[in-house]
Amino acid sequence: MATLTRGAPRRRRFPWHLVVFLGPAVVLYTAFMVFPLFDSLRLSLFGPGGSGLGQFVGLDNYIRLLTHSEWAPRFWGALVNNFEFFAIHMLVQNPIGLLLALLLSSRILRGRSVYRTLIFAPTVLSVVIIGFIWKLILSPLWGVAEGGLNAVGLGDLFAPWLGLKGPALVTIGLMSVWQWVGIPMLLFSAALLAIPDEIIEAARVDGAGALRIFRRIQLPMIAPTVGIVAILTFVGNFNAFDLVYAVQGGLAGPEFSTDLLGTFFYRTFFGFQLQLGSPTMGATVAGMMFLLILLGVCLYLFVVQRRLVTYEA
Amino acid sequence: MLKRNAMALWAAFAILLAACTGANPAGSASPAGPSSAAPSTSGAPAASAGAADLTIESWRTDDLAIWQDKIIPAFNAKYPNIKITFSPTKPDEYNGVLNTKLQGGTAGDLITCRPFDASLQLFKDGNLAALNDLPGLANFGDVAKSAWITDDGKDVFCVPMASVIHGFIYNTDAFDKLSVTAAPTTVEEFHALLDKFKTDGTYTPLAMGTKELWESATMGFQNIGPNYWKGEEGRKALIDGSAKFTDQPYVDTWAELASWKPYLPNGYEAIAYADAQQYFASGKAAIYPAGSWDIAYFEGQGVKIGFFGPPLPKAGDTCYVSDHTDIALGMNAKTTHPAEAKTFLDWVASDEFATLYSNGLPGFYSLSNNAVKIDDAIAQQAVDLRKSCKSTIRNSYQILSRGEPNLENELWRVTAAVINGTLTPQKAGEEIQAGLDKWYKPAGD
Repeated sequence: MATLTRGAPRRRRFPWHLVVFLGPAVVLYTAFMVFPLFDSLRLSLFGPGGSGLGQFVGLDNYIRLLTHSEWAPRFWGALVNNFEFFAIHMLVQNPIGLLLALLLSSRILRGRSVYRTLIFAPTVLSVVIIGFIWKLILSPLWGVAEGGLNAVGLGDLFAPWLGLKGPALVTIGLMSVWQWVGIPMLLFSAALLAIPDEIIEAARVDGAGALRIFRRIQLPMIAPTVGIVAILTFVGNFNAFDLVYAVQGGLAGPEFSTDLLGTFFYRTFFGFQLQLGSPTMGATVAGMMFLLILLGVCLYLFVVQRRLVTYEA
Repeated sequence: MLKRNAMALWAAFAILLAACTGANPAGSASPAGPSSAAPSTSGAPAASAGAADLTIESWRTDDLAIWQDKIIPAFNAKYPNIKITFSPTKPDEYNGVLNTKLQGGTAGDLITCRPFDASLQLFKDGNLAALNDLPGLANFGDVAKSAWITDDGKDVFCVPMASVIHGFIYNTDAFDKLSVTAAPTTVEEFHALLDKFKTDGTYTPLAMGTKELWESATMGFQNIGPNYWKGEEGRKALIDGSAKFTDQPYVDTWAELASWKPYLPNGYEAIAYADAQQYFASGKAAIYPAGSWDIAYFEGQGVKIGFFGPPLPKAGDTCYVSDHTDIALGMNAKTTHPAEAKTFLDWVASDEFATLYSNGLPGFYSLSNNAVKIDDAIAQQAVDLRKSCKSTIRNSYQILSRGEPNLENELWRVTAAVINGTLTPQKAGEEIQAGLDKWYKPAGD
């Protein structure tokens, strides 16, 4: 099969293979993600109208969500709670994930893969199971938490955390940390493995201790992964809904202290008990969530990502 | 060869595209959200007249066995061609799930109706059919129909099935052990009894948690409250604006609820409804603030129980009991089998169903004008309260839950907070009234 070379300049053939291979994915993605997203944003620009649509009201719904006394307290409350939820994950989940990854990358540890599997196992469990197990553990009537604390002499610390205004969100945050810690651990493990051994050995020969090796060599070299984990945590937390719904129910008690943007959206769109759902206001909440997450990701991309130095091995 | 490969790839792509569009009849230009118009549940063409497969939507997951073992077979004895499936959803998800199903066209043929505004909205949206020509409705009086009728009284859209009564269930063994011979009738006696159990220590005086929020409002506030706000008088005064939640009767109700705190189990803030039921059923508690629907559950668990009504604030007061029109059955306006569905609904309005239901589910009392004989002694104790006390319904259900913030949800939140001790009774009343004032203008219009 010879391709004839001609004197005239060759025209580039249209890359049909790109269309064929990308086509199905683009079609599916557009149909199930892009189109509903834009349709949802469009829905948020309309007023309520029974089971259909009312008239076009522009950004009125958004202004009502942010300022009107019917909606604003719940929205800002959910937003603040969500930031607290995110803070718990950034301060607890990611450092612990990093610590576990460091421990598991040690050469002298035996049974490494067993530990890795056990720590990763909760991420594959259904959130309903996790909610149920932890509710049972923390139950004041028949949970083992009280007994366990008593056994180490800390029985006074026990309280019905899931029912108290302050501790409830922290408790649910920690449940979520327990569930998801395997993911940062895995990502950090992979990044640590990519660091060539020669550099670390050279550092040891130069007399550096473990802490200095961590601070000066390992941490800078896994910086891109730290960034990825941070942004994944951000997106995941601001979309979080299922754990709170499974443990506290749709009203996110006590007194909305565990209300996240996800549960606020669910209540607004689908309604709860005698409260009827409002598709337009629900779409507005969803639109706000989308804008917030977009803002966060853009901030990260333009401010942090650019400054990250990637060290090639 | 390149050309042949390209053609093969195009062919594959074309087949894939055809398969996708063929299988997916979604109307892509529809504006309002999730709307793939799935056909309705029963598909059998009317080849044999009167044959149908009907589905009942409900929130009564606990009743599945009774429907499958007693009620549906009794109906099929008369109408063997109409097959019924009872398909319940979890209670606190029911309304949301039902609304989604109705929007998507996948809801069942028969819909269990919540009382008042939730179902009224369904009727106004065209999801429930009017049942004015159903002959069986003659069995029900105005009070029974009041929860499922339009404001102008012209259209009834659900057949009333049952009401539930509120009060307190007690463990008879616990009472015997502490030689308690009579149930308390006044608040003073009630507190003395609770103190007695607390001092003794064997039994937790009151088995209730506040975690799910609704128990505090439904088995607390709406249970003892009618004695304070004088039942229907108070409820109607709230609707016409002459009474406010900041008035003394309501503050007193919340204050009484706050006083229950020391008698509740340790860590009650994190005890859910099922936990409290289990706790009482295991015999560890003396008294359980209840709705009459709990009677069937506890009897099934084997604990020996009795029932007494909400205590009076002062001896000699008129007694009121919450006899809440709770559950009814309506017809999906878009069902493909309206005739068969109406046949079933007419049977539901009959005495046969009333007897089956009230006896199969002790604690649910038929709203029919014709008296039903109840075999269960404890259920009879509860319904006997109708003789000595004036009936009333929960005050948040009619008209007052139409706006935002939703009064019922707010009562849940606020009452749980009062019992938890994080909100004072005065503040509770103020928050509720402020929320109501945001949208409710009493009938001056």
